[in-house]
Amino acid sequence: MRDFSYLRANSLDAAREAAALPGAMLLAGGTTLIDLAKCGVAEPETLVDITHLKGLDSIEMSERGATIGALARMGHVADHAGIRSRFPAVSEALWQAASAQIRNMATIGGNLMQRTRCPYFRDPANFPACNKRQPGSGCSAIGGVTRGHAVLGTSDACIAMYPGDLAVALVAFDAILHLGERQIPVDDFFLLPGTTPDREHAIAPGEMITAIEIPGSASARRSTYLKIRDRQSYEFAAASAAVGIEFEPDHRTIRDLRVALGGVATKPWRARAVEDALKGKVLEPDAVSAASLLAVEGAVDQGANHYKIELAPRVVARAILKLGETA
Amino acid sequence: MTVHNIRHGDASDGAFAEAVGGRLSRVDGRAKITGAAKYAVEQQLEGLAYAVLVESTIASGKVRAIDTTAAQAAPGVLQVLTPDTIISLKTAADWFGTPPPDKPYCPLARDITFSGQHVAAVVAETFEQAVAAAALVKVSYDETPSIVDLSDAKAGDGIPIDAMTKEWGDAQGAFASAPVRICAAYNTPREYQAPMEPHGLIARWDGDRLTVWEPSQWLDGMARTYAEWFGVPFENVRLVSPYIGGGFGSKALALSHGAVAACAAKMLGRPVRLVMTRPQTFTGYGGRAATRQTVTIGADAQGKIQSIVHRGVNETSIDGMWVEPLGSVTSIMYATPNFSSRQNVVRVNSVVPGAMRAPGENPSAFGIESAIDELAYEVGIDPLEIRLRNYAEQDPHAKKAWSTRQLREAFAAGAERFGWSRRSPEPRSMRDGNQLIGWGVAAGTYPVRRAYGEAIVRILADGSVEVESSSIDMGQGTYTILAQTAAETVGVRADDVVVKLGDSRFPRAGVTGGSRLAGVMTGAVYKAATSALDQLIGLAISDPRSPFHALQANTLVAANGRMSSPRGDGPDLSIAELLKSVGRDHIEATGDTMPANSTPEDRYKNYTTIAMALPHTEGDYSRHSWCAHFIEVRVDEDFGTVRVSRVVSALDSGRLYNPKLAESQWKGGIIMGIGQALLEEGIVDRRHGRIVNNNLADYLVPTNADIPDIEVISVGIPDLHSSVLGGKGVGELAIVGVAPAIANAVFHATGKRIRDLPITLEKLI
Ligand SMILES: Cc1cc2nc3c(=O)[nH]c(=O)nc-3n(C[C@H](O)[C@H](O)[C@H](O)COP(=O)(O)OP(=O)(O)OC[C@H]3O[C@@H](n4cnc5c(N)ncnc54)[C@H](O)[C@@H]3O)c2cc1C
Ligand code: SF4
Repeated sequence: MRDFSYLRANSLDAAREAAALPGAMLLAGGTTLIDLAKCGVAEPETLVDITHLKGLDSIEMSERGATIGALARMGHVADHAGIRSRFPAVSEALWQAASAQIRNMATIGGNLMQRTRCPYFRDPANFPACNKRQPGSGCSAIGGVTRGHAVLGTSDACIAMYPGDLAVALVAFDAILHLGERQIPVDDFFLLPGTTPDREHAIAPGEMITAIEIPGSASARRSTYLKIRDRQSYEFAAASAAVGIEFEPDHRTIRDLRVALGGVATKPWRARAVEDALKGKVLEPDAVSAASLLAVEGAVDQGANHYKIELAPRVVARAILKLGETA
Repeated sequence: MTVHNIRHGDASDGAFAEAVGGRLSRVDGRAKITGAAKYAVEQQLEGLAYAVLVESTIASGKVRAIDTTAAQAAPGVLQVLTPDTIISLKTAADWFGTPPPDKPYCPLARDITFSGQHVAAVVAETFEQAVAAAALVKVSYDETPSIVDLSDAKAGDGIPIDAMTKEWGDAQGAFASAPVRICAAYNTPREYQAPMEPHGLIARWDGDRLTVWEPSQWLDGMARTYAEWFGVPFENVRLVSPYIGGGFGSKALALSHGAVAACAAKMLGRPVRLVMTRPQTFTGYGGRAATRQTVTIGADAQGKIQSIVHRGVNETSIDGMWVEPLGSVTSIMYATPNFSSRQNVVRVNSVVPGAMRAPGENPSAFGIESAIDELAYEVGIDPLEIRLRNYAEQDPHAKKAWSTRQLREAFAAGAERFGWSRRSPEPRSMRDGNQLIGWGVAAGTYPVRRAYGEAIVRILADGSVEVESSSIDMGQGTYTILAQTAAETVGVRADDVVVKLGDSRFPRAGVTGGSRLAGVMTGAVYKAATSALDQLIGLAISDPRSPFHALQANTLVAANGRMSSPRGDGPDLSIAELLKSVGRDHIEATGDTMPANSTPEDRYKNYTTIAMALPHTEGDYSRHSWCAHFIEVRVDEDFGTVRVSRVVSALDSGRLYNPKLAESQWKGGIIMGIGQALLEEGIVDRRHGRIVNNNLADYLVPTNADIPDIEVISVGIPDLHSSVLGGKGVGELAIVGVAPAIANAVFHATGKRIRDLPITLEKLI
């Protein structure tokens, strides 16, 4: 039997020290980690339970924005009045994620760190080849079942999609991750697969996400998260968009626009080309549709996931137009 | 064993809730929702060991070697079973009771015919130890090319199944000369029962007696299989299955994992528990076979059908045979003078497919009920009208009268409630912003499967009543309706009836499948209860110690647990007082619905095989349940997402023993149909012949958010040709026709005809 040790951290320093040990993994809500341990993907030697750390589950609102502790539960953050009014896209991304039960259990830190749903990644017994799991072993997905795989940010080594929703909204609004003393923009935290798909995050052993800071802005206040999927609930996105708009005083001209995509890329995907094409323009359906096509510039599909290239720009356009209606 | 205190249902139950036909709430509901109900594998047994399966990682080939060294040496491991070390079993008869070939049966495979086949098993002191050691078993293979599925070039046309051929008139000729012709191909993918409770069991041997705690839709059939495998008398095997967490057809047969656990228990001399993981439930037994059908219809300019030519194919495994009868609805739904249906099965490298809610009728209806819709548009008449124009006044295939067919009534009631007359006929003509709205209709049917059952009814000293039967309740409400039947027949309150099910030591029952159980068992309980009551009345009248003796009446009235004379002129006693007066502590009677001249062999065969089931067209009548579904969908025109926004279904299941439970089964079937139409599909990696979405995050079944309010209307009338008390089938009926009604609604919404299930968004954008 695979024994592992369980350590309940009672201070941040203790947690980070323990997490630096070889084979150690942080345990938050466990909804990703236990699942991966069951499929034989995660094989921790030490579990460092951080859920008893004090003061890491708060949500603080200030003039500058919101600071959310890494241990805040998805459900709490989604329901938080301040988040709902000042960062609707963040709240919507969270309540459309997973199921109510999982949202009650799962933490914000763990959410960002969730792993891909690539079925080959999750089944080592049947598919030994997976560069993400085993660098250099190959990619079982390419040439296989790829309906859910990424069309943006892929490499020859890995085409796995980043499945999370929250991070998409965070990327749109330039959130900063606090790794203890160090801070890093969330967009830089998620890495492209390139030739090293096993390295997913700019985080070192012994580092831990302690908080997420989301700068407040007019575009964050007028924002939405639109998630499209076959099943109405409890499914990862076929394509999603976090969008925020700030208008000029005329309520028509776009001063600031934020667009990020989910469900289509290897990391939460900021679509700056769409933003740049529309900033300074009057919001108008044809212009929005045309600009939204830029969201999938450079996309490469595997056949079965081609629909994502069609779908993503439509999701972006709908989200932008929906926000325009409320101006 | 499980004992229920009957709880009254909600306020709507009313005074008559307890009688047959009343809306009594599920008597096992409280135990289930509070967690008090103990399921088969939750038994705590002394000395329990845990088995975990090792499955093949290739789809075709041979096991070259199994290296168990590391697994054997792992902590807690008690044994590692491989094809070489597991004890040899005998081949058991199939469910028809066909005498098996005289060769050994090995539940662990050397010859691999599908990915996920059981090749070894590890038994350890704890579950965790067994899981860890199972991962250490190293299997090497000699791999050969596999046939992935029906679309594989190597699959070929398959084997014609002559028994499926149904033909009359000159279908090809009439089609060729018909003024209106349509021809299209309809496909359904592999689908899975996905019950909440995974398959598993605990097996324990006491000498040559085997006890198996296992969720089962058929205790006696499975007990027979275990007995034949191990060469012990049928009586030596006891199956216990008090509750079942969903079966949908998948828990009716003893399966190879059960054989592995029972072998392990025998070899170890300890009870062994084996539960499949969720991924294993996708390959450990079969779901619904993938199917292909072509339906060609020739009609006159008014849409009157002149010919139907139907060709069907379903997949089966390399060495097993599963026939999904694809012409079953095609051949009876509409009147046609010329008809031809034929079917092939194609061998592919998959586990042998199995029964899943309405096997045959379900995909069959997807073909014909989509095709008739296409015909309606081709002719230019309303899809409901075309169904009425071609209404079959008798069974077109058997050429017999329907026992009852309230399908016209179902169309009328459903259309009225749904508001069908307000439908705008043109596709894409109804919308709400970005949402295209479509209305679709389709019919469904399921044959009345009949068999025989047996029950014991005891009237106990305290005046309560006990019913025992080896039939089961997998959520459909057997506990409840049998309590109602006994209560009404003996004249007590349902509160005072205790129903015990799910133990093969009890009087016997056949398979709970094909929607037959309620009809069979209410009949058996009715007979047993009637004869118990007759005995009681007989005693009351004839025993000199009875207060009724002096009355010289020839019968008595039992109601509310009391006995009185018909004219109310004599004593009025509780049943308990009466039994006491005549010095009896109980009265019991066994009742069955078998023909009087049945031999013990007949009885055994009836309960342990399906060979004795009565054909639904036996005698002068053709017996079926019927339904009509009216469904509204909203399709996002940019995203292709389909949401079902309204369902009105009218159903004819004959007399309902408990409308509340029947409605809940109908709704369950409709929900499963929504999943089938929009979400469910086993996705195969073509290079490995392996299902990759083998878990409930990736194999999607509907959530509450996908399901609108569903309105069901009963239009049935008692059908005494179908069962003793007049009911027809309930459980399977309602799924039949849901998928085509949705596909038809999607066409109406979008103008796109989707003939491949499921209707996922990429097919519509
Ligand atoms: C069936 C299913 C459906 C789902 N659907 C969705 C969905 O639609 N959208 C969506 O966004 N998500 C979805 N999820 C993912 C879910 O949101 C994540 O599982 C959850 O957020 C993880 O949080 P946790 O606290 O349980 O993390 P854990 O499982 O405890 O940890 C996950 C990983 O993060 C690491 N970790 C945890 N906390 C920290 C920290 N503070 N610093 C650094 N590393 C840390 C752990 O070591 C581990 O590697 C789904 C999950 C499941 C099982
Ligand atoms: S796509 Fe990435 S995660 Fe999936 S198998 Fe290939 S390398 Fe592994």
